[in-house]
Amino acid sequence: MSIELALDPYLIRSDFPIFNRTVRDNKRLIYLDNGATSQKPEVVIEAEANFYRNTNAAVHRGAHHLAEEATEAYEEARDSVSEFLGAKPSEVIFTKNATEAINLLAYAFTNAESGNRFHLTPQDRIVVTEMEHHANLIPWQQLAKRSGAHLGWFCVDDEGRLDLSDIDSIITESTKIVALTHQSNVLGTINPLGAIIARAHQVGAIVVLDACQSVPHMEVDVASLGVDFLAFSGHKTLGPTGVGVLWGRSELLEDLPPFLFGGSMIETVTMTGATWAAPPTRFEAGVPNMAQAVGLSTALKYLSNVGMRNIHAHEMKLTERLLDALNEKKSVTIFGPKNLEMRGGVVSFAVEGIHPHDLGQFLDSHGIAVRTGHHCAWPLNRKLGVVATTRASFYLYNTDADVDELVIGINAAEKYFGTI
Amino acid sequence: MQLDNLYQEVILDHYKHPEHKGLLQEFDVQVHHVNPSCGDELTLNLSLKDGHLILGWDGVGCAISMASASIMASLLTGKGINESQPILDAFVALMQSKGAQSGDEEVLEDAVAFAGVSQFPARIKCALLAWMAYKDASIQIRK
Repeated sequence: MSIELALDPYLIRSDFPIFNRTVRDNKRLIYLDNGATSQKPEVVIEAEANFYRNTNAAVHRGAHHLAEEATEAYEEARDSVSEFLGAKPSEVIFTKNATEAINLLAYAFTNAESGNRFHLTPQDRIVVTEMEHHANLIPWQQLAKRSGAHLGWFCVDDEGRLDLSDIDSIITESTKIVALTHQSNVLGTINPLGAIIARAHQVGAIVVLDACQSVPHMEVDVASLGVDFLAFSGHKTLGPTGVGVLWGRSELLEDLPPFLFGGSMIETVTMTGATWAAPPTRFEAGVPNMAQAVGLSTALKYLSNVGMRNIHAHEMKLTERLLDALNEKKSVTIFGPKNLEMRGGVVSFAVEGIHPHDLGQFLDSHGIAVRTGHHCAWPLNRKLGVVATTRASFYLYNTDADVDELVIGINAAEKYFGTI
Repeated sequence: MQLDNLYQEVILDHYKHPEHKGLLQEFDVQVHHVNPSCGDELTLNLSLKDGHLILGWDGVGCAISMASASIMASLLTGKGINESQPILDAFVALMQSKGAQSGDEEVLEDAVAFAGVSQFPARIKCALLAWMAYKDASIQIRK
């Protein structure tokens, strides 16, 4: 067991070259848009560049020296991801991003023939939640359309938690898929998975977890979670863009048909047909994003070194500081849990009389980067009764000073727009 | 401060006290436009009476998109449909100018206040929301 030292965000910042620059007329960069994408430490940028400098060749093809080294680097990256998730390497599929990972799964269902466990009929049901990011909603909406299956969902209550009171009538005997987010990218809510997984497995449904907002920020161990599939994106996890991960249980991946067809993913090919390689290769058609996978592996090692528990604890301290400050302001409405129980470092809010875009623009003039808009969760915004919100989302390199600057910025915006 | 280039006083005035806001009881054309990247929505009514335009609008959005709808409706109400075209063209050109133009006040009147918006690429769509709705409506009304 490694000893984890308490996290010093100022030390960590020195590993991230982007914090050497300023924004908007020499303002210090206060980056609070980590829910959208994270910044990259120098070691990740170097790892990606070094792959191109020293190791670049197409993986899993050719017997030459570079091809060997590239394949080794790529497969080592898979090992790192599996270690990070507590999974087997053969259960880790590299995709372009989390969106592609979820689409891979949804299209694999469509490609499943009658008799395959993934084959859907109009009698089947798919269950999602009202708080899903579009990436974990629209692929299932479309799968429901293609297969004729019925789409149902859990609603969100006033506190931004899932309403599980009707769990047995939502996850019915005919349910085949339950897809939900681990942590809401808008509300910060961490969803309790136990009851949902138990009910889903009772009726023989698989559970698909969108872990985009959890894997980067807390310890996630697939073996103890009990889900069947999990997706996350590399770029939100200090890694490069262009790489994401779909994890799936071995016994399920064995039966899962491919989504993309072409090179690498085959076993044998004739002019009239083909058979498929074993997982994970079956799901990685074409030359993959090798340098990005290597960069992601470096990112995960960096995170493990800091310690995922330390990171989560640090983010919760920042969240508490912000919630305390915002709860004191009558003009501010917080969407989502107002306490720290089962929530992550994402805070969405509204400031009375100031549209989120105007608030975001004003904060930007102070060097503060927040997200404004519907955060790719339009149905949730409708439920909340707002067109858009402003969102601050934290990561390991954010400081107390970042939180304080945000609060000062909100106060200044209220003066600027004359709402107080 | 650069921000003041964006939030000109006339823009904030129109945002707080919008003109021609409210849908018309009778209209020839109604269009509904959204900005999918932010969720801003605008409904525009257009009517032609004795060759003169009457505009009414309603919507939800930021200061830039709402002020732009207000200023546009004031500017175009009473104009002829052919007369509106060069104004629309001038506004679109101003938005595409990346801060290089200050706008012709003779043509655009208060709408020159949006010149600063063209320096903020993420906000150009906000300023154009009402104008693109008008473009759409004016094509329909000609039919």
